[in-house]
Amino acid sequence: MNKQSILLISHGLFEKDFLEKIATEVAREFLLAVNIEESHIDMSEFYDPNRRQYDGNKLLIEIDSMPSSEIVKKVGLFRVDLFIPILTYIFGQAAFKGSTGIASLYRLRNEQYGMKKDDTLLLNRFAKVVIHELGHTFGLIHCHIPTCVMRSSTYVEDIDQKDIHFCLRCQTELKRKQMERKKYYKGK
Amino acid sequence: MTTKISILIVDDEESVRDSLYNWFIDDGYLVDRAENAKQALSILESKNFDIILADIKMPGMDGMELHRRIRSLNKDSIVIIMTAFASVATAVQALKDGAYDYITKPFDPDDLSHLIRNAASQISLKSENEALRNKVVSLENVEDIIGNSQAMIKVLKEVEKVAQSNSPVIITGESGTGKELIAKAIHSNSPRKYFPLVSVHCGALTESLLESELFGHEKGAFTGAMFNRKGRFEMADGGTIFLDEIATISAKMQVELLRVLESKTFVRVGGNKEITSDFRVICATNKDLKKMVENGTFREDLFYRLNVVNIIVPPLRERIEDIPILVNYFINKYCTSMSRDIIAIDPGVLKRLGEYDYQGNVRELENMIERAIVIGNDKEIRLKDLPIEKNIISNSIESLDDLEKKHVLQILNRYNWNISRTAKALKVDRVTLYNKIKKYGLEPSK
Repeated sequence: MNKQSILLISHGLFEKDFLEKIATEVAREFLLAVNIEESHIDMSEFYDPNRRQYDGNKLLIEIDSMPSSEIVKKVGLFRVDLFIPILTYIFGQAAFKGSTGIASLYRLRNEQYGMKKDDTLLLNRFAKVVIHELGHTFGLIHCHIPTCVMRSSTYVEDIDQKDIHFCLRCQTELKRKQMERKKYYKGK
Repeated sequence: MTTKISILIVDDEESVRDSLYNWFIDDGYLVDRAENAKQALSILESKNFDIILADIKMPGMDGMELHRRIRSLNKDSIVIIMTAFASVATAVQALKDGAYDYITKPFDPDDLSHLIRNAASQISLKSENEALRNKVVSLENVEDIIGNSQAMIKVLKEVEKVAQSNSPVIITGESGTGKELIAKAIHSNSPRKYFPLVSVHCGALTESLLESELFGHEKGAFTGAMFNRKGRFEMADGGTIFLDEIATISAKMQVELLRVLESKTFVRVGGNKEITSDFRVICATNKDLKKMVENGTFREDLFYRLNVVNIIVPPLRERIEDIPILVNYFINKYCTSMSRDIIAIDPGVLKRLGEYDYQGNVRELENMIERAIVIGNDKEIRLKDLPIEKNIISNSIESLDDLEKKHVLQILNRYNWNISRTAKALKVDRVTLYNKIKKYGLEPSK
C-alpha cells in the first residue's frame, strides 16, 4: 500500500453492515480509502478487575503495535467499557499526531441510559467518536465550534449536540495537515 | 481561544502525567510535565504557567508544600490539587491555604473538563479586562455570519453588546435567516464561551420526551438506566441554552420552563437532589410572540422573562447587497467540502441571483449554490444550474400590467416600502412610483 489510508480494526461482534456504514462516514470526512479488518485479541489481558473496565492506554499500545504501513491510520473498535487511569471512563482516545486511535460503543448505546434502543443514533454517535479520534491523529485539537465533530464530548448527550462533520476551519486545517503528510512521505 | 492557556502537570506517576498531557494537548493547551515538586519548582524558575495541577502525595516534597512554595514565589498561577479519596481532608486544607480547587482521582471526564474550563474562564476574564481598557471588543468565531450590509452590521453590533451581559435574548426572524448562527455568535463572544452551548429544538420534541431531555435522569430511574443521564439544563451549566422554535412549546411546558428559568434549579427524573445550573437562555422564533401573548397561546410572564433583549435578524430581501459575498462564501464552502477546485460565477448570473425573491432566505440561497455545484460543469455556475428561471417562464402568460404590478410590489416589499430606494431600484422617479402604487392599488402587507 503506498497511499494514505485508514484501517478500522474491529474487536468483538460487530455487524458487517454497521462497520461498512462507519467506514463510509469516515471515508467521506477524510477523503481517504477506509479498510476494515477483524482482529481477535485476548481482552482478559486488558481487563482491570478493580475498575471492572478495560485499560484504554494498554489497548492503544496494542493496536499501535499491530503491523501496518506507517502511512496508515489505525482505529481499534471495541464494544467494552474503556478507562484510562486518571479518568472514570472514555469514549475513545488517540495518539495526537500519531497513527492510532481507539473507540468504544459501550457507553454510546441508548440502552445504557434506560432509553429505547436506537441503532441509527448509535451508528451516528460511534461514527462521530471514530472521526473525532482520527482527527486527533491528524493533529487536530478540540474545537470550540459547538457543532464541529472535533468539539470535546464528555457525556453522550454532548456527542448528540455536534454534527458528524468538521467545521470549515477544522476541515481546512485537516487538508493542510494531510498535504504536509503527503509531502513528508513523498520526500522519504 | 486567542491566547493559549499553559498547564503544568506535577505527578510522580508516569501514566497519570501522560494521560493528562494527552487530554490537555487535545484541548489545545500548552502543556508541560514534572515528575516531582523539585522539578516543578525548577521549571517554574524560568517559565510561568496559568494552571498548575499537582498531586497531593509525592515522594519528597508533597503537593501541599509545593503549593506553599509557589505562593511564596508570588506566582499568579491557579493551583489545583489532585487527590485520592483518602486524602480529601488534606486537600480541603489546601483550599483553605489558597488552592483554587481539588479533584479526586480517578476523575469524571466531565468534572475535569468543567474544572479546567472554570479556571480558563477566570484567567481569560482577567486578561480580557485588561485588554478591554485599551480597545473595543471585536467579535470572534463569527466566520459563518456573512455580510457587510448595514442591516447585518447593526445585528452584529447588537450581538457584541448583548454578548457581554447575562440577559435572556429572543432572536426573531423569518425561517432561514440564520437565527441559530446569531445565538452561536452571542455565546462564542460571551464570558461563557468556554462552557457548552446546548441547543434544544423545541419543535422536534414531544411533551413526554421533553422532561427527561431537559432535566435528565438518575442511574436506576427506570429499568435499564445503568448510568446517569444529564439533561440539557445541566449540560448548559456555566454556558448557554439555546431554545429554538420556542413558540411551539405546550402550555404545560411553558409553566415548567418559567419555573426553571426563575429558580435555575430542577430535579433529575428518579432523583431527589435539587440541581442548580447556571445557564444563560437564548430563544429563537419565526413567530410574533407578542401576538401569541395577546391571543393567549403564549404565557405573558414567560414572554417578559425571555424578552429582555430582542434581536431581529433581517430577511435576505433587506440585505441584497450581501448576496455576492454570500454566494462566494457558499461556493468556497461547498467546493472545499466536495474537494473540488473553486468554481467561478458569471456576473450576469450573480445579478439574477440578486433579483430573485428568496422565500427561504439565506438557507434557500445556500441550497441553490450547493445544488448548482453538484449538477454544474465544475467550471462555473450557469443560469441553467439555478432553479430561478422557471419563475419567469411560469408567469409568462400573465398580462404586462399584471407583471408590472407584481414586480413593483416585490421591489417595494424588498425595500420595506421605502419609496426613494424602491424608485432608485426600479430606475423611475418617485412621482412615477406613486402613480404606479395608485394605479394598482398597492398596499404594504400587514
